[in-house]
This record gives sequence, structure tokens and C-alpha cells, in this order.
Amino acid sequence: MPAVLSVNGLRRVYGETVAVDGISFEVGQNETVGLLGPNGAGKTTTINMILGVLAPSSGTIRIEGVDIVEDRVQALRRTNFAAVYAPLPGNLTVLQNLRFFGLLYEVGDLPARIGEMLEAFDLKKFRDAKFGVLSSGEQTRVCLAKAMLNRPRLLLLDEPTASLDPATARDIRAKIREFTVRDKVGVLWTTHNMHEVGEVCDRVLFLSRGRILLEGAPGTLPGEHGKETLEDLFITVAREPLTFGGG
Amino acid sequence: MARLRRTAAIALRQYYLMRGSPARVLSHFAWIVIDIVLWGFITRYLNTLAPSGTDFVPILLGAVLLWDFFTRVMLGVTMAFLEDVWSQNFLNLFASPLSIREYVGGLVLTSVATSLLGLLVMVVLATASFGLDFFAVGIMLIPFVLVLFLFGIALGILGISLVLRFGPASEWLVWPIPAVITPFAAVFYPVATLPHWMQWVSHLLPPSYVFEGIRAIVAGGAYPGSALPWSFGLCAFYILTAMWVFSGVHREAVRSGLLSRYKAESSA
Repeated sequence: MPAVLSVNGLRRVYGETVAVDGISFEVGQNETVGLLGPNGAGKTTTINMILGVLAPSSGTIRIEGVDIVEDRVQALRRTNFAAVYAPLPGNLTVLQNLRFFGLLYEVGDLPARIGEMLEAFDLKKFRDAKFGVLSSGEQTRVCLAKAMLNRPRLLLLDEPTASLDPATARDIRAKIREFTVRDKVGVLWTTHNMHEVGEVCDRVLFLSRGRILLEGAPGTLPGEHGKETLEDLFITVAREPLTFGGG
Repeated sequence: MARLRRTAAIALRQYYLMRGSPARVLSHFAWIVIDIVLWGFITRYLNTLAPSGTDFVPILLGAVLLWDFFTRVMLGVTMAFLEDVWSQNFLNLFASPLSIREYVGGLVLTSVATSLLGLLVMVVLATASFGLDFFAVGIMLIPFVLVLFLFGIALGILGISLVLRFGPASEWLVWPIPAVITPFAAVFYPVATLPHWMQWVSHLLPPSYVFEGIRAIVAGGAYPGSALPWSFGLCAFYILTAMWVFSGVHREAVRSGLLSRYKAESSA
């Protein structure tokens, strides 16, 4: 499976604090990798570096072989993201937002692609509504429509279902899977919902204090470490990182 | 082509905002209309006091109009940028393939549109209500307007650099910039009126050559040929410097982590 994302020796330091401590991993084509860890583990810092909005202290990030630091524009052309902390401009309508970001991402035949996204994410009736007045679930769907707009090769999802009710979250997950499987997208997905991880991730990385402590398939990893569920394993990693080599 | 589309997208976003918000449109015209009306009556009154034949309209009202144009150019850039600050849109923007040049280009494009509209409104109002002959200086009007436009762009880019570097609260540093420059720019009086040290500052400001030129031409005198290339040279220097500063501030914001954490309450 060719790597869509290659992270090598990535490190980020804020003064005396090491937020990300020399991590290396890959995300393959048509692979969904869960980036798990307690609050402050370095997940969002890692995603910000992959998106080019935060410079690494050292290490490299390559998206389809292109170094994000050396050629940011080329690397981000087929990348996209959705994050709970990055809402779209609330004073633009859904349609205006999709047009605006479609132009930024050089989407070909933009009107047709926007039509597809509105249809796929059930947003047709909201096309002329301002983003800011939509409910959390509707806003999440618009953010995902924006994230899929440029047919990304790499998709970064930072807690995409964090503010959704279970039924809406399940629908959203299904929709994301439908797109990523069809277009063979590599996905890096952060979440605190272990049920979600089991449902969508092919592989997980446990991050604590900026280091990757564990890596493996969500179905087998808990058993390999004497735990019944992924949630038990998560809690143990969060509380006793030293047990797994974190320090 | 892709670069142009991304640049146009930035301007399109501002168009969408204005189209959906009459308050935004009004803010672009309200102050300049008030200024023209106020100064129109002041010049009319001054004409009644002055010796016969003296006409303050081209000197004062014309100056106010062009200075307001310069201010609108600068604020056109900063307001478009602040819309992204207020809507916390930086992460979405700068995590896209948009380059800094394209982004600033989009802000400038927005400013071109809004300031030219503003200029049109002012010229129509000043001509219809107070008899201003906007084209009294002839063909020289084109380079004069261009100098003011370029200098406004330079100051606008410098203003957004300040806001990006020091956080959203520092926008209050940007609004008074035109007012701070006014005494040095010889808008209402000749440079020779100023004390020696202020004249030195004045010589470094491109608008001072514009307003000196307008006064000279209206008085029937000649405009020194070297003044125009010098003022264009200064504009080019300020624009390049402002772009260099903004690129540096952006690079530092990416390095320090400020950009990824840039929120309404953040500041460095």
C-alpha cells in the first residue's frame, strides 16, 4: 500500500515543553489510521504540522512524496481537513462557503462538484442558509462536504463527530467511509470515542506525551496488551504511559 | 490560472459578505459622504471670507476627497483581513493551497473594488453639490491617484502585519494610521508650512508630492518633473517592504505556533 502520508522523526518544542517527540508513521492509500491519546498528547499539534500551519522543530512530513515545508502549495493541493475547532465562516452561506473553498482548492467543474456534495451530505435544503445558523450536525456535514470537495488523497479529521448525537455521528461516519473507500483516500482520524475507532480505523497509533507508545489493529491491540477493550487500553495508556515506554 | 482563481476567491468572499450585509456596504460610504458634505460647506464658507477669486473647492475639498480615497484603499485591505480574523478563518485559509502572495493579492483586489466605488461616490457628490472639477489638474490626476492608491496598499499590508503579529486586539493600532500621517502628508497646507524636522518626514511620504502637485497646478504653476518618479519609487519601496514584513510575520507565526492558535482573544 503506497504511503499517502509519511511522517519521519517529527518533533515540536515550545520553549521547555516537548509537544511532539520524534514520531514517525505512515498512512497508506485507502487506509484509515486513528491517532489516539489523552488531551495534550500532541494529536492536534501533529495535525497542524501536517497541514503546514505549524512549523516542526525537526523532522519531515511528506504528502504523496512532497515535503510540506519545501512545497506547501503542492502538498496541500490534494489534502483537506475537518476539525471541530475550525468552523467555516459563519457569515457565508453553505453554497458560498463551498464555492470559496472550491476555488482555493482548484476544484474542476466546481458547480457540478458542489452539487454532488450537497446531495451526498443532504445539504440541498441548506444551500442558501448561513453556516453560522446551522445546528452542530449540519455544520459538521458542511465541513465534511468542504473537506471532500477537492477529492483529497489525504484527509485529516480532528474529532469530526465530537459534538454530534450518536445517531448523527453514525450517519456521518458511514458517509465518510463511503467517500474514503470509493476514492481510496488515506485518512488520519483523531477521536476520543473508542467505539468510533473500532468502527472506522484500520490501524491505530496511541500517542502520549508526544510519543507513539502503541500501534496496531484496533481489533487485536487490546488483547495483545492484556485488555478487554480499546477503551481499557486507552485509559491504561493515558494513566500509566511509563508501562508502555512513555516517559 | 490557479493562482488567479485563488486570488479571485479572496475577493469573491468579500463580495459575498457585502452583498449579504447592507451595514457593511453602508460603512464603506457613510464616512466619506459625511466628509464631503462637511468639507463642502466649510469650503463654501471660506470662499465667502476670502478675497474675490479665491476658490477653496479644488484645494480643500479636492484634497479631502483624495485623502479619503487613500484612507479607503488602506482600510479596504485591513477590513478584508479583519473579516478573516473575526470569523476565525485562518486555519481554513492557511491549511489550503493558498499562498501568501495570493492572499494579499485578493485583499488588494478587494480594496481596488471598494475604493474605486468610494471614489466614484465622492466625485459625483462633490461635483453635483459643490461644483468640484475633479479633473482640474488634467492628465496628472492619473499618476496622483495611482500614487495614493499604491501608498494606501503599502500601509494596509503593514497594518495587517501588525494585527497578525500582535493579535486581534491590536486592530486599534491600525485605524489611526491615516490620521497620524495627515499632518506630515501636506494634505491641507504646503510642506513649507511645517517645521524643518516634519518636512523631512514629509519628503518620505508619497502623498505629500501629490498634494503639493495639486496645489501647484491649481495655482497655475508647474509640477517638478522629478517629484513623480520619486514618489512612485517611494511607493514601490514601501510596498516591497510591507510585503517583506507581512511574509516575515506570517513565517514567524507558523514557526512560533501563533497562526494555529490565532483566536479572537489571542495575542503575542
